[in-house]
Amino acid sequence: MRDEILKELVQPDNLVYSKTELMTDKTLSYCPGCGHGTAHRITMEVIEELGLWEDTIGIAPVGCSVLAYEFMNIDMQQAAHGRAPAVATAIKRCWPDKIVFTYQGDGDLAAIGTAETLHAINRGENIVIIFVNNGIYGMTGGQMAPTTLLGMKSSTSPYGRDEATMGNPLKITELISQLPGAYFVTRQAVHTPATVRKTKKAIRMAFQNQMDKKGGVSFVEIVSNCNSGWKMTPVQSNQWLIENMLPFYPLGDIKINGEFINK
Amino acid sequence: MGDLKLMKGNEAIAEAAIRAGVDAYFGYPITPQSEIIEYLMAEKPHERTGMVVLQAESEVAAINMVYGAAGTGKKAMTSSSSPGISLKMEGISYLAGAELPAVIVNVVRGGPGLGTIQPSQADYFQATKGGGHGDYRMIVLAPASVQEMSDFVSLAFDLAFKYNNPVMILSDGVIGQMMEKVDLKDSVARWTDEEVKENSPWATVGKTKDRERNIITSLDLDPSHQEKHNEKLLLKYADITKNETRIEKIDCDDAEYLFVAYGSSARIAQKAIQLARAKGIKVGLLRPITLYPYPSEMVAKMADQVKGILAVEMSAGQMVEDVRLAVEGKVKVEHYGRVGGIIHSPQEVLEALEKKIIGG
Repeated sequence: MRDEILKELVQPDNLVYSKTELMTDKTLSYCPGCGHGTAHRITMEVIEELGLWEDTIGIAPVGCSVLAYEFMNIDMQQAAHGRAPAVATAIKRCWPDKIVFTYQGDGDLAAIGTAETLHAINRGENIVIIFVNNGIYGMTGGQMAPTTLLGMKSSTSPYGRDEATMGNPLKITELISQLPGAYFVTRQAVHTPATVRKTKKAIRMAFQNQMDKKGGVSFVEIVSNCNSGWKMTPVQSNQWLIENMLPFYPLGDIKINGEFINK
Repeated sequence: MGDLKLMKGNEAIAEAAIRAGVDAYFGYPITPQSEIIEYLMAEKPHERTGMVVLQAESEVAAINMVYGAAGTGKKAMTSSSSPGISLKMEGISYLAGAELPAVIVNVVRGGPGLGTIQPSQADYFQATKGGGHGDYRMIVLAPASVQEMSDFVSLAFDLAFKYNNPVMILSDGVIGQMMEKVDLKDSVARWTDEEVKENSPWATVGKTKDRERNIITSLDLDPSHQEKHNEKLLLKYADITKNETRIEKIDCDDAEYLFVAYGSSARIAQKAIQLARAKGIKVGLLRPITLYPYPSEMVAKMADQVKGILAVEMSAGQMVEDVRLAVEGKVKVEHYGRVGGIIHSPQEVLEALEKKIIGG
C-alpha cells in the first residue's frame, strides 16, 4: 500500500532525492541527529558514482558503526576493536585490484587501534580510511575518548576532561599526516549541507586515489556530533560542534597528493 | 616424489607453506620461531608463487591480517611462540566466531609471562580449551618430527577449509629448532581467483549483482540468533571429534604400561620405551596427533589393557587431565614432565614410570 502511494506521488518531474542502491533498506541503528547516517550515505554514493560497487570491500569497526555492514550493500568484514587497518591491509594485499576501505570511530582508530592505524599508514597501504570523530565513545554509553576535548564531560570524565590526569585530546589526523605513507589527509564535517558536499568531494578524491593506485593511504576525518552522548538535542549538538569541536579540529585539507597544504 | 632436505622444523613449516599454495603469511618475530618468517622473506615466495609475506607491527596486527585475508577466501597463516600466541587469542576467537579457515603455528616456549626461550609444552590448555573468549574450539595438530612440521601445513589447511575453522599446529622449541631429514611434498599451485570464489562462496571478494552481499562477522546482538550460532558451532565440533581424531600407537600390542605423550615428549618416550624393554618392562606409547579433538576413546581402550598410564609432557601437568577424564579411574594415571624450558631425558621418564606407576 505504502509503496503504491509512493509510486503515485513520486514522479520523475518531482523526484528531488533518491537513496543509492548501495544503502540497504534496513533502519539505521544510529540516534536521530547523528552524523553517521550522512557519512554512510555519501560514502556509498561515491562508491556507486565511481562504478566501484562490485569491486569494493569495506571493513566495519567496533563502536557505533559496528553494524555498518547491515546498511552498506557491499561485501564487508567486521573487525576486532581497532584492528580494521590490519584487516584492510591483508584484504588489499590479497586482492590488490579491489577497492578497500575502513570506516572507524575515534575510540577504535585513535585509542585501541593507534598502532594498527599508524603502521598501516606508514606502510603506505593503498586503502581509504574514513574516520568519524565525535569526541566520545557513543556505543558503550558516552565514555571519554582519546579525542574528547579538555573540560568536556563524559561518563568517565564526569567533571570534565582534566589535562593533568587524563591527558590531552589527540589530534591523530595531524599526527598521521607526518607519515610518508599518508597520501591524502583531510578533515571534514557533515553538520551542514555545504560541509556534506565538501566531505563527499573529499571521499571521492580518496577513492579516486586508490583507483589510480596512487601510493599511500587516503585518510578522511569527519568531525561529527554525538547528541545522545553529549546529552544535547541534535540542533544543540551541531551548535556545540561549531563552537567547540571545530576550533580544536579545524576543517580543511592537510595533505593532497602527498604534499602538505600550506595555509 | 618430493625432494629430501635436511632442515629445521621452522624452516620445514615455511617451505611447506610455499609448496602448499598458501596465499598469505603475516608474522612478527619471536624466539624460537623467527626462522619461519626469515625463511619466507629469504625465499621471495612472492616471486615463486605470488604468496604475500608481511612482517606486521605486532602479533595482534598479524592475526587480524590473517582474519582479513581469510575473510577473502584465501589461505592465510601466521606463526608465533607462547607470549605472542597469547596476544593472538583475541583474533583466534574472532576467526572461530566468524567461522574462517586459517592456520596458526605455535612453537611453544616456557612460561608464564616472558618465561624462557627454551622448549616447553605448557600451552596445551590454551590451545585445546579455548585460550580466547567464548565457547569455541580449534583443531590442534601436534607434530613430533620435522617431517610432520612439513606435512601438517597442508593437512591443517585441508581441515581449516573443510570445517571453516581455525587450526593450530602446536609445536615446541625442540621440534622447531632441531634439524632432521624431511621429504618435501611437491608444490601445489595457489588457487586462482576463480577457484577462490568457487571454494569460498562466502568470501568478501566484491558483491556482484547476482548475489546477496557477503559479510564476515562474529557479532549477533540478538541472543536467540547467537544461541543458534553457538549450537551450530557445537554440532561442527562434534563432527570434527567424530571424523578427525588422529593417533599413533607404538609398541602397544603387548604393553602392560603406557606412556601418553605428544610432540617432542613422544620422541623422548620412544627412547624411554627402548630403555624399559631392555629391562623387561613392557611399555607402549599412545601419541595423540590431534590434541583437539582429543583421542579419549583410544586412551580409554588402552586403559582396559594396561596396569597404569604415565602422561609425559613438558608442563606442570595439563594433558594428563584429559587422560584422567578418558580413563575414568580404571587404572592409575600419573604425570611426569620437566618445566621451565628443561627437556626431560629418556632415563628420567623411565625412572618416573618405575617410581610413579610400577612401584607406586
